[in-house]
Amino acid sequence: MTKDECKQVVIEIIADIAPDEDLSNLKPDLRLRDQLELDSMDFLDIVMELRKRHGIEVPEADYPELASLDSCAEYLTPKFAALGK
Amino acid sequence: MPDSTSLQQPEHYDVAIIGAGMSGLAAGIRLAHFGKRVCIFERHNAIGGLNSFYAIGGRKYDVGLHAVTNYVRPGVKGTPLTKLLRQLRIDRDEFALCEQRQSRVSFGPRGECTLQFNNDFALLESEVAKTFPAQIDGFRALVETIRSYDDVSLDAASVSARAIVRRHISDPLLEDMLFCPVMYYGSASAGDMDFGQFVIMFKALFFEGFARPLDGVRVILRVLLGKYRDAGGIRRMKCGVQKIIARGGRVAALVLDSGEEVLATHVLSSAGAPETFSMIREGEISEAGSAVTPGAVVPNESVGGSGAAAPNGKAARPHSFVETISVLREQPAELGWGEDTIVFFNESEKFAYGCPESQVDVRSGVICLPNNFAYPEGQQLSEGLVRFTCLANPQKWFGLPEERYRADKAQWFAEIEKSARRFLPPLAKTPEVLATDMFTPRTIHKYTGHVNGAIYGSPEKIRSGRTHLGNLYLCGTDQGFLGIIGAMLSGISMANYHILAKE
Repeated sequence: MTKDECKQVVIEIIADIAPDEDLSNLKPDLRLRDQLELDSMDFLDIVMELRKRHGIEVPEADYPELASLDSCAEYLTPKFAALGK
Repeated sequence: MPDSTSLQQPEHYDVAIIGAGMSGLAAGIRLAHFGKRVCIFERHNAIGGLNSFYAIGGRKYDVGLHAVTNYVRPGVKGTPLTKLLRQLRIDRDEFALCEQRQSRVSFGPRGECTLQFNNDFALLESEVAKTFPAQIDGFRALVETIRSYDDVSLDAASVSARAIVRRHISDPLLEDMLFCPVMYYGSASAGDMDFGQFVIMFKALFFEGFARPLDGVRVILRVLLGKYRDAGGIRRMKCGVQKIIARGGRVAALVLDSGEEVLATHVLSSAGAPETFSMIREGEISEAGSAVTPGAVVPNESVGGSGAAAPNGKAARPHSFVETISVLREQPAELGWGEDTIVFFNESEKFAYGCPESQVDVRSGVICLPNNFAYPEGQQLSEGLVRFTCLANPQKWFGLPEERYRADKAQWFAEIEKSARRFLPPLAKTPEVLATDMFTPRTIHKYTGHVNGAIYGSPEKIRSGRTHLGNLYLCGTDQGFLGIIGAMLSGISMANYHILAKE
């Protein structure tokens, strides 16, 4: 999975969690929290949807790695690769 | 493993939820969505708990719901309604919420002093400025305090709401007029309440607002049940949990009304705090060597203590409610009752909230006119409905012989109507009544199992949801998020906090 595909995975999850947010102009280098109204419950949901849909585990200590789309891609791409995806 | 009288292995669930009310269903949706094997056990054959519905004579009635509080319009984010819709993956159109028209708080023998409000907070603010000009600065300061208060904190200490409100509001009439709706829509304690609870309700009623689906609470329940089923949740109706068997500080098994035993890794109870604790049976001597008294209430993180609930140190007697429902041939507005959706009334300048000496206290109450929501063009309830709610003394209702109970109901029905109608415009003619019904603390107890027929649970809330048993958590009114949106959020938060986030 490429980094762009990885970002797409995260965007799809956010679209399902927060359908009331406009995701069309997300800047990949900016914090998601600064561009969208996401609270800690929503971030927990991103983590849990990653596990449910893709079998990816994100330990609590790593939650800051999910701050922006870019950092999500950096962090998650090797994890997808490790699963052979 | 617990002893089992049958040869069959007891059923095992990842999570057992006690009660299919709003909080239990919401928790169930979250847990099932994330792959837990969840079962909700419900003693009755209807879901909804305190917010259920029924039919008599071909007419459908809602049990608890006057209005959904916490209503915000599309696009408003970060409020309880939005959080709940996201967490349960519900599209807001599915709830089909229609806004209130207008509501008011009316005090005085015929409601001479009135504060109107609707879903725009500016109206209440301008009403306070108009009616209590000397208080408006204090009111604005109070509003600021409420806005900045962290009401979702799970470990806030309890403080007296009266004390904080009085720092800003010096006119006792305005103070009582603000407390009246807040208490009627969510206070389990008398006279005063915890400020955190006050903030939750104040936001739910005034910053946010009232709405209702045309078909009432069943619309919301239908959505919840559909989500729960689709997520793979299991539901066992007419299947109450009778005992919670504890061993070594944990729930070891649940015993159902049928005697069947089931096992669960986690147990989430929406039955109420005292109700849940009274189900616990210690199966073993505790490690300290002393037998724990069966049914002992040993919450380890009880918030509040005797603080805000009873500032004078007296243990308040629990209160409950009675409600009359009349079905009318005509719409209330056509009859001349106006457009008001909800009216909170009190006949004097002093407002007494708590358990009355008599069976019912008709001096104050709530009028709900379900026809007066802004339903979509061309849609309206086919008949007129009016509901009057008053405080009641549960002990004076329990244990009455059937005949006496019916006679008392009929007597109070008339008294309540007479009192409440003082706060509605006088009618030129007598409305034609097609049907009536009435619930009492006894009805509530029968259908919910709540001690004393409590609507808002126990005065002491356990915000963390923790109990003295490691895998038993509370959700619902006794966890302390109030209103129907609050109840659902309670189930969601407790499922997240104790189960989903712990993996």
